[in-house]
Amino acid sequence: MLRIVVAFSFLLLAIPVLAQEPASQHAPPSVDYMSLLFVFVLATFIGLGVVAKVSRLLHTPLMSLTNAISAIAVVGSIIVTGADYPLGVRLLGFVALFASMTNVVSGFLITDRMLKMFKQSRPGVKS
Amino acid sequence: MSPTLVQLAYLVAAVLFIFSMYWMNDPKTARRAVMAGASAMGLAILATWLQPSIIHHIWIIVALIAGCAVGIPLSRVPLTAVPQRTAISHAFGGLAAGLVGTAKYWLWSSTAPEQLTQFCMTALVVEVILGFLTFTGSLMAAGKLQEIKWIPQRPVTYPFQNVTNIGLLALAVLLGLLLVLNPTGVFAGFAMVLIILFALVFGVLLIIPIGGADMPTVISILNSYAGLSAVAMGFVLDNKLLIVAGALDGSSGLILSIIMCRAMNRSFTNVLFGAFGQVKAAEATGTQRSYKAETIEGAAQVLEQANLVVIIPGYGMAVAQAQHRVRELADQLKKRGITVKYAIHPVAGRMPGHMNVLLAEADVPYSELVEMDEINPDMPQCDVALVIGANDTVNPAARYDKTTPIYGMPIIHADKAKAVFAIKRSKNPGFAGIDNELYFQDRTYMLFGDAKAVVGDLVKQLSGGSGMH
Repeated sequence: MLRIVVAFSFLLLAIPVLAQEPASQHAPPSVDYMSLLFVFVLATFIGLGVVAKVSRLLHTPLMSLTNAISAIAVVGSIIVTGADYPLGVRLLGFVALFASMTNVVSGFLITDRMLKMFKQSRPGVKS
Repeated sequence: MSPTLVQLAYLVAAVLFIFSMYWMNDPKTARRAVMAGASAMGLAILATWLQPSIIHHIWIIVALIAGCAVGIPLSRVPLTAVPQRTAISHAFGGLAAGLVGTAKYWLWSSTAPEQLTQFCMTALVVEVILGFLTFTGSLMAAGKLQEIKWIPQRPVTYPFQNVTNIGLLALAVLLGLLLVLNPTGVFAGFAMVLIILFALVFGVLLIIPIGGADMPTVISILNSYAGLSAVAMGFVLDNKLLIVAGALDGSSGLILSIIMCRAMNRSFTNVLFGAFGQVKAAEATGTQRSYKAETIEGAAQVLEQANLVVIIPGYGMAVAQAQHRVRELADQLKKRGITVKYAIHPVAGRMPGHMNVLLAEADVPYSELVEMDEINPDMPQCDVALVIGANDTVNPAARYDKTTPIYGMPIIHADKAKAVFAIKRSKNPGFAGIDNELYFQDRTYMLFGDAKAVVGDLVKQLSGGSGMH
């Protein structure tokens, strides 16, 4: 664990080096990359903390649930498919949207299906 | 929808996602997790769709319907196919990320090159490489799990394999670096195509040398990658929700991978790059070792006399779809006042928690499922250990034989039970390609045959004979 954190920190330190903006003719977009980085790091720690507590019984439904959550790529796909972009770009977005939507639907449905099956005791059978 | 409203909706969705994962900590609250996650997703989709810049609605509707059309049947697969479905899901996730990255690069390089700052370009390259390698890698994994004919089950290795794999990845990264420094140069488009190609091939080559038994770890790692490619998409599109949701998936996959690796006592790099499962040349043992076989009647008699029976399921039970028979057997035993527990090894099956889900489907109460670390101390008190389709997870050689590939892997101490019955399809070695020392011990008796049939016969024997004792 410590090694992972150290390696990760070194990677983060490399980012400011890469992020030197070159002198450019057009105004560079004002994306606040530092905020995004903050969000990423915090979200990762939250994720680690939350998942560590998930019951081992539920690791399979956890994986299908996180599949569905990572299908948040629908959001990016909707933008690329629906905005006023060239046809080719939107075609790629269309396929991406189809793929992510499949994940959304099958991920949540199968997780629910599996979770329905976990019962604490069976009525009528004495242990 | 105003930008502020969209961002607020995204914030609510992010919080719901976090709660969703949090509620998975207990089966009692777990179903809320699905509700929360689905609501969050719905909110995110609506908030994005209702933005004024989105105008091609028909396309979106068609894609959403097509997604449902494929997603719904996919969710209905039999539970034994869950590992494959999971792998396919990762493939789609990676594909979506790769495609969106490519689309954005295409768009910006032709209409708005000033968007391609070094940071943005780096994120784009990461998204494309990670996305496409996850796509092909996961498809390979799905193929191995489904045991498709032309995808070899055993690890495929060749000389200099690791060098070529790493070399390919390094080449893609190098090209990516060049792109970052010069996103709109003459050869930029060509470089991007090459990067995509290399990533696709690398995904395949990465998974080929990994054997079926290592799939739980591989699937967890691919899960993480799919999440990380969504994070990269978030950086490219300046979207915090993508980053949060992707990070949740990424860390989940990371933790599961760590658990799996610890459970096999191997490191990531060993799993990915240390081709496991090469069949060792059969060593000439001095004496011809023999199994002790037992009849159904004999096994039933021993079972009836027991106080504590521990059932140890493995991949073989999944393949034979024997979980329902197993539960019937447990019912027969419990009727006689015998305590029945199930010992679950973390890497039993083909994905984390696989056995738990199969047994839950068979109506086994989850209070009877016990983790390996908890049940091992009780194994000496166990009267009968019933090994059903488990092999490497109960092989005592892992404790002392330094030459075996599974050396050091924590196992379930089936050999410490007072008697062991092992149900096995045939005399062939398992995926590790080695003999299982458990089968040759004094107190072990084999019941050869298909797990479903053998357990079914045991049930019949126990229910038929109960009137006579």
